[in-house]
Amino acid sequence: MASWKTITRRSFIVLGASVVGGAAFGAYKVAEVPANPLVPVPGSTPLNPWVIINADGITVIAPRAEMGQGISTTLAALVSEELDVAWEQVRVLHGPPAQAYYNAGFVERMSNEPDYQLSLRENSHNAILAAVPKIFSLQMTGGSTGAIGGFVQMRLAGAGAREALKAAAARRLGVLPETLKTEGGKVIGEQTFTYAELAAEAVSLVPDDVSLRDPSTWRYVGRAMPRLDMVAKATGTETFGIDIILPGMKFATVRMNPRRGGAMTSFDPAAALALPGVDQVVGLGNGIALIANNTWTAMQAAQLVDVQWGDADYPADTAAMMSRIEAAFTTEPDSRLRDDGDVEVELAKGDVVEAEYRIPFLAHASMEPLNATAWVKPDGAVEVWCGNQAPIMTRDAIAAALRIGSDKVTLHTPVMGGGFGGRTDPVAAVLAARIAAAMPDTPVKLTYSREEDMTQDYYRPAAIARLSGRNENGKATALWGRTAAPSATQNALSRLVGFAPPGPDRATVEGGFDQPYGLQHYRYDGHLAVLTVPLGFWRSVGNSMNAFFLESFIDELAHAAKADPLAFRLDLMRDSHAPSALLLETVRDMSDWNSLKRPGFGRGVAFCYSFGTPVAQVLEVQDTPVGIKLTRAWIACDPGLAMDPGIVEAQMTGAMIYGLSAAVQGAITFADQSVVEQNFPDYEPLRMHTTPRFEVKVLQNNGTFGHIGGVGEPGTPPAAPALANALYDLTGTRARTLPLNQLFGFTS
Amino acid sequence: MSFTLSVNGALRQVDLPGDVPLLWALRDGLAMTGTKFGCGVAACGACTVLIDGEAVRSCQVPLADATGKITTIEGLGQPGALAPVQVAWVKHQVAQCGYCQSGQIMQAAALLAQIPDPSDQDIDEAMQGNLCRCGTYPRIRAAIHEAAQMIKAG
Ligand code: FES
Ligand code: FES
Repeated sequence: MASWKTITRRSFIVLGASVVGGAAFGAYKVAEVPANPLVPVPGSTPLNPWVIINADGITVIAPRAEMGQGISTTLAALVSEELDVAWEQVRVLHGPPAQAYYNAGFVERMSNEPDYQLSLRENSHNAILAAVPKIFSLQMTGGSTGAIGGFVQMRLAGAGAREALKAAAARRLGVLPETLKTEGGKVIGEQTFTYAELAAEAVSLVPDDVSLRDPSTWRYVGRAMPRLDMVAKATGTETFGIDIILPGMKFATVRMNPRRGGAMTSFDPAAALALPGVDQVVGLGNGIALIANNTWTAMQAAQLVDVQWGDADYPADTAAMMSRIEAAFTTEPDSRLRDDGDVEVELAKGDVVEAEYRIPFLAHASMEPLNATAWVKPDGAVEVWCGNQAPIMTRDAIAAALRIGSDKVTLHTPVMGGGFGGRTDPVAAVLAARIAAAMPDTPVKLTYSREEDMTQDYYRPAAIARLSGRNENGKATALWGRTAAPSATQNALSRLVGFAPPGPDRATVEGGFDQPYGLQHYRYDGHLAVLTVPLGFWRSVGNSMNAFFLESFIDELAHAAKADPLAFRLDLMRDSHAPSALLLETVRDMSDWNSLKRPGFGRGVAFCYSFGTPVAQVLEVQDTPVGIKLTRAWIACDPGLAMDPGIVEAQMTGAMIYGLSAAVQGAITFADQSVVEQNFPDYEPLRMHTTPRFEVKVLQNNGTFGHIGGVGEPGTPPAAPALANALYDLTGTRARTLPLNQLFGFTS
Repeated sequence: MSFTLSVNGALRQVDLPGDVPLLWALRDGLAMTGTKFGCGVAACGACTVLIDGEAVRSCQVPLADATGKITTIEGLGQPGALAPVQVAWVKHQVAQCGYCQSGQIMQAAALLAQIPDPSDQDIDEAMQGNLCRCGTYPRIRAAIHEAAQMIKAG
């Protein structure tokens, strides 16, 4: 397989708008395509930053990182839809750090309006694509934006390449391009040419204007395509970051201050250096690295170094941290992103239902532990391999750490063994580069132990929420939610880009303020706690917190109103957002909701609209002699346009399992300023035998045509409340604290 | 120290101390990276290989004790020459990130060798040591059933 390494141009030019969009399916201008970071090598001709023509097919350069969400397959399908190649001829590579691969999908996520209201608006998608502000370099994978950002861009890339190839053939034949057809990687006219034959001539013939095909003619998009990475992943031949092997490579691990952010006062490497196979102990200021002839020896030796750690600047333990979070309720709200009607007047009428909920910090715990490989060359340049969600930022962070120019950093983004938001920070890549600098001209692979991966993570915030609400005539009339939490966004962005964005902190309240409940009086406040525990983005970000609060509380309101919790939600949603209401009806029918209520079983429903995709879930639990068992789950979702229904189904299921794993037994706790949980036995996900059976339905009614909701994250938020609500139904005990195994005994 | 391992039908020399686990001898010593590191404490199954046909966690087997015939994912089948269980995996589009799948497939292969037509409960029992953070369990179950049928049909 080609590597972009051989085809990367070293200059990265920052341009203005990346793609200028017009009407939904009219002619698009590709004139302002940003500088192509790819350069031709023999047998491989890039026609634009996204398409390379090879002798045996095409290589699609995917601007988004593959973390398991299937994005590379979807992006390749979009290109192929316009370029007329057989699926077997398509390969995909992740692009180098470059402005061309900027993610337009993120811009759509920067509004403080509820998503479901945006989706009701005509063409908001194209309007946003047309005006693309460059706040910072957004070649980032996250926020379930991968397919959205690529939807127009990748088809344009395919169409532009196709027209260029036709123009080349037309020139050879002396005919008009319109008289030629494309099919199976060939241009067909009086004579037939393969794309490869024409590629070199086509480079200069890429047109300014191309029109995109009518969606009714699509053959790939909208179908479940065989994933391009499936055979490699079934044969152990996929190269993850952790699998990079280079000549003469050394193997390293790190042991960083468990009191995060604290300094290292001293270390004594003597015992570690005495271990056979150990090459070096490297001081890193706030931790140490061990370099050895194999990873295991490095990990053993790391434990032998006698280290004195300085303190962190946050409270000693979880209880003290929760007090800090609680104290935030006494401060002015940071945000009030929803304030419909007059909540205070309505609640003053009395009969108020009130509840407080608490949730813990969470780790990402991707299957592939953090890792990175670096090779500092004799001329001071560095080549780094690291699965990451933000290549431009990672490249610049490496350059800054080694005090070299960004042009001296070559960053490769191999496939990631899971990400879930946990590979946004460049820290592994930076540490690998610093460690490799201690062994110039020797490639060094840094692999975190599972214990380091878990204790050096950037966590989903712990949070507390207080909700009050009121019913009248069996229907909710008012809801006032308040979430208090440290801001993951401010915490992460200060660390990553050096400043916290101004304005209300959406992530602290998303999933709470922005839901399509047509409550007459609906207010949602966010209170920010001051807490410097390292935080990050965890699959679905704030939605994972607030969906638990809101959906548990709606359930409490329903019970207070003596109403069926599903019908109660439906009542509130029917007039405010029809596609969402339809999902509730769909899970009701799929699960045969009414029949689920029977002795020994409990049922719970929950809903969340996040990343452009509403999701409704029903979960069934069973009381067994050995504990409570999660038996069956039903999911109905509506991403608008489902580009690959097979991938949507897999993501919805996986995301719900991810959410259920955390709900049942996920908690990161602190003692002595250090994370207590070290490895999977302390942070146990669901396993085959504890996972329920699934049924998924993918509806496509949301938004106007071309609306593409995210699919990687929206399945996570409803999982925890669906389970808590089912447990209430089964036991009559209302869980207001996660994880749920504190209160209930589950089968194990 | 030098040890000779029998891996996928070939004898391979590894120059590492005898207490280094087989997992790291394969990955770092022999550059066979199909077998994955996930936890190092026998909790995830990512490192599963077969020794004399039995599924073991290679992170727990010291190199010096790895005297049997070792089969890794590389020895089970290759792109273009897939083993039946791998064909079923591709057909059911099991993998998401794919990182756990070498271990899952090796565990499934051992199960199918022992119980040619496993029930859901057999699958639960055999597979419960193999974590998948992407949550591919439902498709793994379907693929194992499919592989059983394929093997039966010959
Ligand atoms: S790495 Fe061996 S069981 Fe996890
Ligand atoms: S497929 Fe990602 S961990 Fe199993």
